[in-house]
Amino acid sequence: MWNVPHLPFIPEQASTFAVEYDLIYWTIMALTIFFTVATCAAIAYFVAKYHHGSNADRSNPPATNHALEIAWSVIPLLMALVIFAWNAEMYVKMRVPPKNAMNIFVVGKQWMWHLQHPNGVRENNRLTVPIGVPIKLTMISQDVLHSFYVPQFRVKQDVIPGRYTMLWFEASKIGTYNLFCTEYCGTQHSEMGGYVRVVSQADYAKWLANGGDDSLPNATPVELGKAIWDRYSCGNCHGVKDTERGPSLIGMYGRKREFTDGTSAEADQVYVRDAVLYPYRKILKGYEQTMPEYSDLLNEDQVIQLSLYMKTMGETAKPAANTPAQGTNR
Amino acid sequence: MSATTVGIPDVPKPKEEKNYLNNGNTISSWLLTTDHKRIAILYLISVSFFFLVGGTAAGLVRLELTSPRGIFFENETYNKIFSLHGIVMVFFFLIPAIPAVIGNFLVPLMCGARDLAFPRMNLLSWYVFISGGSLAVLAMLLGGVDTGWTFYTPYSSLYSNTQVTLAVFGGFLAGFSSIFTGINFIVTIHKMRAPGLTWFRLPLFLWAQYATSVIIILGTPVIAITLLLLFAERVLKLGVFSPELGGDPVLFQHMFWFYSHPAVYIMILPAMGVTNEIISCFSRSRIFGYSFVAFSSLAIAGLGFLVWGHHMFVSGQSMYQGLVFSIITFLVAIPSAIKIFNWAATLYKGSIRLQTPMWYGLGFIGLFLIGGLTGLFLSSMASDVHLHDTYFVVAHFHYVMVGGTIMGYMGGLHMWWPKMTGRMYPEFLGQLSAMLVFVGFNMTFIPQFIVGYLGMPRRYHYYYLAPEFQVYNIMSTLGASVLAVGYAMPVFYLIWSLKYGRKAGPNPWHAWGLEWTTASPPPTFNFATVPIVTSEAYDYDAVSDDQHDFLREEEDAAKRAEGDVKHDFQRSEEESATKIEGEE
Repeated sequence: MWNVPHLPFIPEQASTFAVEYDLIYWTIMALTIFFTVATCAAIAYFVAKYHHGSNADRSNPPATNHALEIAWSVIPLLMALVIFAWNAEMYVKMRVPPKNAMNIFVVGKQWMWHLQHPNGVRENNRLTVPIGVPIKLTMISQDVLHSFYVPQFRVKQDVIPGRYTMLWFEASKIGTYNLFCTEYCGTQHSEMGGYVRVVSQADYAKWLANGGDDSLPNATPVELGKAIWDRYSCGNCHGVKDTERGPSLIGMYGRKREFTDGTSAEADQVYVRDAVLYPYRKILKGYEQTMPEYSDLLNEDQVIQLSLYMKTMGETAKPAANTPAQGTNR
Repeated sequence: MSATTVGIPDVPKPKEEKNYLNNGNTISSWLLTTDHKRIAILYLISVSFFFLVGGTAAGLVRLELTSPRGIFFENETYNKIFSLHGIVMVFFFLIPAIPAVIGNFLVPLMCGARDLAFPRMNLLSWYVFISGGSLAVLAMLLGGVDTGWTFYTPYSSLYSNTQVTLAVFGGFLAGFSSIFTGINFIVTIHKMRAPGLTWFRLPLFLWAQYATSVIIILGTPVIAITLLLLFAERVLKLGVFSPELGGDPVLFQHMFWFYSHPAVYIMILPAMGVTNEIISCFSRSRIFGYSFVAFSSLAIAGLGFLVWGHHMFVSGQSMYQGLVFSIITFLVAIPSAIKIFNWAATLYKGSIRLQTPMWYGLGFIGLFLIGGLTGLFLSSMASDVHLHDTYFVVAHFHYVMVGGTIMGYMGGLHMWWPKMTGRMYPEFLGQLSAMLVFVGFNMTFIPQFIVGYLGMPRRYHYYYLAPEFQVYNIMSTLGASVLAVGYAMPVFYLIWSLKYGRKAGPNPWHAWGLEWTTASPPPTFNFATVPIVTSEAYDYDAVSDDQHDFLREEEDAAKRAEGDVKHDFQRSEEESATKIEGEE
């Protein structure tokens, strides 16, 4: 592999993207330096040779030369297309996560990162990940635009209110790296950051089993989601069977939902989020708009937890609806 | 007044000639003038003020960043200072600088016209500009704005509690002043060219101004709508960009960059136009590949509208959109490359003089070259992911907008200063300032490329999370202090030259172009008789090339000033053919 020793002007290469990224970067840099030096040298040479008063040959100065014009248009264009194709290949790779990637949820808010691992361990402004495992971050913002950036991984993605964005990487080197917010988000923008800690897979498993270093209750997101379900008595309307008040949600996740406006959608995380926060947008066929919106009551963390709980309602096929409303476990 | 010089042959004492500067000294003769040259001077004073404000803010930013935990300011104050720097520099300096100052002055002169097509609209454009600028200054005095010059939603619409509304309205107004200028240039270039001045005899500065004006009148209405919608969401809570109100924050970015990317070409094309004139005059040769250079301006204007999404590779826009925007961006790089290669080729077999404007012109090529090439890193999608919103981007666009636009502006100001004022600037100080700017500029921004690649995000007040960035920030600030000296010097020596500068005469550079055939400073109506053009553009064979004209003593220049101002290239071809003075 093309590994460089850690030079002070090259950020550490700590993900599987970094090596190819740097190869692209330094290739473009070589082109930049070549064209800059060549052009400046030509200019300096002409200035010296044809300086006023020199006795250089100035007979028949050319006015134009079509072959030359075409050459210096087409050759840079071909070079540009090669650079484009190489970048396109890598960009697509960076945008499409592997199927087996481990999902970690990220919520950005002024001015802090909330991160949540699959078993519910949560971290603030720090992300602990295992080496050699593809990690997919599913991200959303609670308020304004943010951007999740780890320079040593060469990855970055804006985090937007109102919809999920995605980022994936695979850490390749144990160590501690920078985590920055790179989309200006207000007063403490420059302090909305922390670090990413890459540990061995064994250490990660141990750390997870210990519930991370958090002082938060070590509940799984599904358990937290169930607590929300109970707290807002969702089961009063969404019971074991479809009723006039509302459809049953058992087995709903992943199925096709048809709406009164003739459209349809698969019930996925995006759909659940919209249906909970803005129920008036899409009404299920055969029902009327009676559900209140929860956009003021639930934060993005809670919506994720709720949707993960709803997903399990199909898997367990066990009615969760009749559980008595209880619990304030937030 | 055109008759006075010929009509009174026996007056022994030479009366001071009436020109646009001394033709009326009252305040209202300036504030109500419709003379494009006086309006150019009004703009010159105004944009110089804004450059001072924006430059001071830049200096404070650089000083503050020498320490990872800041020195003088709180977060909020720092955010307001960099926002002020961006807003003032982009909307009130870079966009108007060359078109409204140098363009206003030169477009009619280069066309051989007496004024722009719509002189009163030209004056209105200055008032609209000043109104917009005043609102921006008011916003600053009432506490400032902390959104950055990009005003991204929903921060700007629902979250920031600073003077966003006022500043946005100021930018909205300033846009109309550009539109007025753009319309004026297009109509003037179409309809008011002197007899014989065909499209392909136009100075390339006019081609560049024409392309710029097309972008202005097509693009500026879009930013006006965008800012109006932002205003509506902020004040009326009309949901357009904020998801809380049912809007889409990424939509704002699309609309903003639809204008603001072409706006980069509004800033750089006029500077390229100035560079054409400088390179040609100071190498005394026709611009190589004239028509390629002319059409490359139009190609940039057209393609420039189709690349805005390259600002949004990590914004959440679709991957496929990213691919399309990236490839079009590579295409728009080609016309810029064509220009650079043609300028280099123009020097071949020329007769090159390194006067101040030439130093700025060559400096422009060097810095714009680096600015353009580092754009490749950012138009390449994968490469952009890591560099996006870091100091690499900051360095890149400063190379284009400062290294490019301001070098062009300063070069143009020096080249046409004798025409505007009738006086020469001090040559030694001029060359010194050009070199200080070039060296200081590179010292300031090369370290920013490095620290950006290392990962320092832009708009960061504190960087204590990564204190290894400090050394590059200190290097950059040292460079900025050299740059500041380079920019400050012309302010003093140009003002000094107004009174003490050597008299310039109508054509101190022996340059080609109609503007050099009239007196310096020109009379109010520019030309006593309508000039007739009989030669090709940049026909330097027909323009006499006196070896010592730059170094000539004052009396010599003054003598020429009183003498025949009729220019060689208006004469018939056979007459000029006998006048060719070879180099040897």
